[in-house]
Amino acid sequence: MKWPFVVFAILYWLGVVGLMVKWVFFEPLFSVFVLPFMLGVILLLFFSIVKYWRWINSFDKLQRAIIRKNIWSWRFLPAIWEAFREGLLHWRITKKNLLLGYMHRSLAFGWFLLIVVGAVQSRLAIPDGHPMWVAIFFNYFEQDVDISAFKHAVLFANVMDALLIYVLSGLFLAMFKKVWSRPMGMKRTTRHTLMDRVAKMALWCIFPFRLLSEGVTSSLYGNGGFMIKPLGDLIYTIGLSNQAFEYTCWTLYSVALGTFFCLMPFSRYMHIFTEIFLIYFRQLGVHDSDKKTGYTMFELSACSRCGICIDGCPMNKELGIVNMQGVYMLQSIRNLELQKNAEPIAENCLMCDRCVADCPVNLDLSVIRRQVRINNKKDIDSKGGYGYLRDVQPFNSIGRVAYFGGCMSHLTPGITKSMETIFNAVGQKYWYMDRDETICCGRPLLQQGFENQAFELRRKNTELIVNSKATMLVTSCPICYQSFKKEYKLSIPVVHHTEYINMLIESGRLKLRKDDRKVTYHDPCELGRGCGIYDEPRDILKATTTLLKTKNEREHSLCCGFNLGNPLLDIEQQTEIRNASRENLLAPEPDLIATACPMCKKAFMRADNVPVKDIAEIVAENIIKS
Amino acid sequence: MKKFGFVISQGRQLNFDEMHNEKVEKLLELVPSYRLCIGCGGCTAACSAAGFTDYNIRKIHTSFFRAQYEGLDEQLKRCMLCGKCLLVCPRGVNTRSLIINMRRVLANVQPNTFVRKGAEE
Repeated sequence: MKWPFVVFAILYWLGVVGLMVKWVFFEPLFSVFVLPFMLGVILLLFFSIVKYWRWINSFDKLQRAIIRKNIWSWRFLPAIWEAFREGLLHWRITKKNLLLGYMHRSLAFGWFLLIVVGAVQSRLAIPDGHPMWVAIFFNYFEQDVDISAFKHAVLFANVMDALLIYVLSGLFLAMFKKVWSRPMGMKRTTRHTLMDRVAKMALWCIFPFRLLSEGVTSSLYGNGGFMIKPLGDLIYTIGLSNQAFEYTCWTLYSVALGTFFCLMPFSRYMHIFTEIFLIYFRQLGVHDSDKKTGYTMFELSACSRCGICIDGCPMNKELGIVNMQGVYMLQSIRNLELQKNAEPIAENCLMCDRCVADCPVNLDLSVIRRQVRINNKKDIDSKGGYGYLRDVQPFNSIGRVAYFGGCMSHLTPGITKSMETIFNAVGQKYWYMDRDETICCGRPLLQQGFENQAFELRRKNTELIVNSKATMLVTSCPICYQSFKKEYKLSIPVVHHTEYINMLIESGRLKLRKDDRKVTYHDPCELGRGCGIYDEPRDILKATTTLLKTKNEREHSLCCGFNLGNPLLDIEQQTEIRNASRENLLAPEPDLIATACPMCKKAFMRADNVPVKDIAEIVAENIIKS
Repeated sequence: MKKFGFVISQGRQLNFDEMHNEKVEKLLELVPSYRLCIGCGGCTAACSAAGFTDYNIRKIHTSFFRAQYEGLDEQLKRCMLCGKCLLVCPRGVNTRSLIINMRRVLANVQPNTFVRKGAEE
């Protein structure tokens, strides 16, 4: 193992040469070792600006219109607050795990403060102005100028030392996480690309080198605060305090900084700046479209590749598949591996949105995945296949509620019958849109990437609903609900039947009795994480039964596995995911599993000796007839 | 609704040598559960599209297996991918994947090779 000594010797002699250069061409506040750092800064600025400029230019028309409309509004205020909270304090990660949050915060916020306080320090110490690198290498250049007039020198030196300790503690945790990530709340961490690893090494080198350089400088001149001074004394005792070694250390620090800055635009650390832009655009109201745009590029780069999406994913937990989670999908899009790996990565996903709920950057991973799927299917996504729907006519339903059971409800007639019972019990006239013949809402097609075909179905359903002049649309299937609510542009209110029943209860039109059954509630992915409906189903269940708590609830609910998002899973794999979800529901020993989705009901029904019921069925059983 | 009644089918001949061609092989590779089908017709009975038209997934399945591809692509475009067939299938055939991949194979679009179970780490 000779090479570390060889490298060290080379660096040492470089240090000697650098010193000689400095003596010959003496220039205060400049030294050759700042060049790697400056080069890094210049390259970082250049590549960042080029990239951001290209991405902003490839926003689509709608996104541009939204930006133009909202740019002169107060929306930048919440954006600044969110950027501060997420970019520096890492609030969402802290909520997941305190230690993980501390680690990210100390590196981000600590480094940020180090830069800001360092800039203030050098500005106050050298009031005549100085080149930018002086702030970064202040302890070194401190000797070149007279700073006797600087009153707060000791205070600033101590603060800078405290900040360096703060950053180093985060760095220590990061290294610890590499070995053992469990205490940080992460079972699995991401497999990084080579570029990311090199960038990470450069980042990890920066602060120890800074500590060493400041220590050596202190051993020569006795500057520094409460930590650096004793370190300087120690170095002096060891006998390493000489100027050539000092020069070497500062060179290493500068090279580490420069390398990190050079690699930043091409590695995961691009997320540091990109997240701020993304937060701003998001606050302006920009959202993803069905095509890859500049906004998608911002999202791709804002992913910090932390891998938090891996742990919660049912594909990982139940099936041990760890090549398709959000972080890897984005990686493959970034690295243009799509042609090679499109199928396993983009298609093998339940679209249960669990990763979307977990993501600390709030990336809309499912929409990006859908973009890839649309791209995969563009050869077979045809128009004109649904000519047979031409003759379907709307029913004149002025003053009526339109009820859309959805395809799946036809396989669970209990739900639609119960809904009819409820409509009749409150005397609400309704039009059961798909009593005999169902036109799908189009969401299953869209989720698979058949954009044009989904559009045709949407157009037909919109035409039917608008021409029927119904006052409200009630759906029983959360998939249809999400589709009607988000993808259709309907002017009438769209409600899921749990919302509708809850409205009836609140307005006093529907009187229910409470029975003594104990129930656990399964949050359907599309209803809960998809549309944020968590409370209405629970309120209804509390009014009719005793609702038990489960371990994974609300946004942490487990997918039933029979979801239409994944076309690749076979029935055994689906069953495994279902069983995990079922175990969670059966743990509190309920008499009954309640859900609000025909698909989830069907999935649990297949296994169970414990009965499974939709909320509509429970309500229909408990109506008090007046 | 489709009008039922007596029709006279055209006479046809099956060439057994053509039946196991590369299209079927490709489909079997993409959707291994394809071979589990027993032709019970549950999928067709549950089908949303079949409520409006004579779209018949069981028939398409059989025709594909017999290498009679005429008109299949036009037929398959009528599917709304709602997934009811998937839930009623007693054999666990992944019908949605079957439909998507039949269209791919017929359109001669090369689906990307994919890893099925487990995963590389």
